[in-house]
Amino acid sequence: MRSVSIIGVGCTKFGERWDVSLRDMIAEAGVMAIEDAEIAGEQIDALFVGNMSGGRFVEQEHIGALIADCAGLSRLHIPSTRVEAACASGGLALRQAILAVASGYNDIVIAAGVEKMTDVSSGTAADALAAAADREWECFFGATFPALYAMMAKLHMRRYGTTHDQMAQVAVKNHHHACMNPIAQYHMEVSIEDVNKSPMVADPLHVLDCSPISDGAAAVVLASTDVAKRFADTPIRIVGSGQASDTLALHDRRDLTTLDATVHAGRAAFAQAGIEPRQVDVAEVHDCFTIAEILAIEDLGFVEKGQGGRATEEGFTALGGSLPVNTSGGLKACGHPVGATGIKQAYEIALQLRGEAGRRQVDEAEIGLAHNVGGSGGTALVHIFMR
Amino acid sequence: MTTQAPRFWRSIPQRYNLKGTHCTRCNEYFFPPRNLCPNCRRGAHLEEYTFKGTGTVVTYTTIYNATEFFERLTPYVLAIIQLDEGPRVTGQMVSSPEGVRIGMRVRPVFRILGKEGDRGIIYYGTKFAPQTEQE
Repeated sequence: MRSVSIIGVGCTKFGERWDVSLRDMIAEAGVMAIEDAEIAGEQIDALFVGNMSGGRFVEQEHIGALIADCAGLSRLHIPSTRVEAACASGGLALRQAILAVASGYNDIVIAAGVEKMTDVSSGTAADALAAAADREWECFFGATFPALYAMMAKLHMRRYGTTHDQMAQVAVKNHHHACMNPIAQYHMEVSIEDVNKSPMVADPLHVLDCSPISDGAAAVVLASTDVAKRFADTPIRIVGSGQASDTLALHDRRDLTTLDATVHAGRAAFAQAGIEPRQVDVAEVHDCFTIAEILAIEDLGFVEKGQGGRATEEGFTALGGSLPVNTSGGLKACGHPVGATGIKQAYEIALQLRGEAGRRQVDEAEIGLAHNVGGSGGTALVHIFMR
Repeated sequence: MTTQAPRFWRSIPQRYNLKGTHCTRCNEYFFPPRNLCPNCRRGAHLEEYTFKGTGTVVTYTTIYNATEFFERLTPYVLAIIQLDEGPRVTGQMVSSPEGVRIGMRVRPVFRILGKEGDRGIIYYGTKFAPQTEQE
């Protein structure tokens, strides 16, 4: 297997982008990444794009061909593949692109992600997202996505004494980080009191415990590490890639306060990279809800099981803490255009490891991690990066 | 909304009467029914089994913001119930939010789960209610 590196990155502004379409955004992110890598269209061997539900959000399927077309690559007839794993579609696109280069099948590949969610009403969007859960045996009885994570939160609170204030601290921190990220959806600080006073969605989760509905696209260019230096001053090596699956329905899981898919994907990625969790300098984890970040830092081995809430409260995951988590603002405050999220995480980690993260730069970051989850934990992807 | 009639009709035995499966080789129970046992990864030893429907609340939430289809019910309580035979299911509780707690014993009740507008079909199925002392 060949070593794979990121040689170019691009990401649109995330948010309610009434003025642009899915097509505009994917072209913008793709061009940014291609220009950053300083490659020509002729050098691209393949495209992979993560997109959860073009069919429901913009009534457009066949996103693979569409992005090649929008990126001006139609006359080169480059193979282009759309992949889907709900909210982990972006992470999965990254992994497919890595496999294509690592195997020697392709030399230069683009991994992209895109979602345009605000062309439909929030009710339609919520229903489209609910399709990532078990439609027949969860949604049929009135389950919503916040409700599934709320049930994990309730049990975590009961078992480990986690408090809602500790969960709210995840939102406070990630909103603070987002204020320093120009592409973030929200440039707005929130307090624990703001979170607690925001309307209840599914007890104990309030509106400000939830990631928003967003539009956005991101893209990264991958090449084999042996040629990467030709294209980039600071290629970012991808030293570990793990993917795991679990039951679709939350109720069938071994443990309702652990995402076993995260545990297994994390172990695989750490084993491949040959490093320990404590060696990671900066991480982007899947905080679709505040409790999800607490579960993630536990399940990835950054803190002991049950200690995620306390660690967050003590500043372990804040910028300036031992392990800054979600410096981009995370899904919570940078925004969560579902198919784009996994690629945006790689974008943020690449900026951090290159030392180009501006005011939110983590000092001397050498090793970064990205963690992307599909549904309530039916899929997880973990990638480890090194400068 | 498109009709869900065909998929609902297919699973009437499960939704009305909690029919699942039991792997006689592994002695593990499954609801909804599975075609393959995830333990021995075989289907040959699966037999139909009707669950009693009694169980315990593992975790729950009160939903204030629902999809269009369930909006008229808000706030409602959704729970994960561990059935006495082992498997866990997601279902609504017929109770006020204050009346539910983790570890509480529950029994099944047959209820309307939803309707497709004024003229569409009605979905029936199982919800759960707190078990009284005598039960």
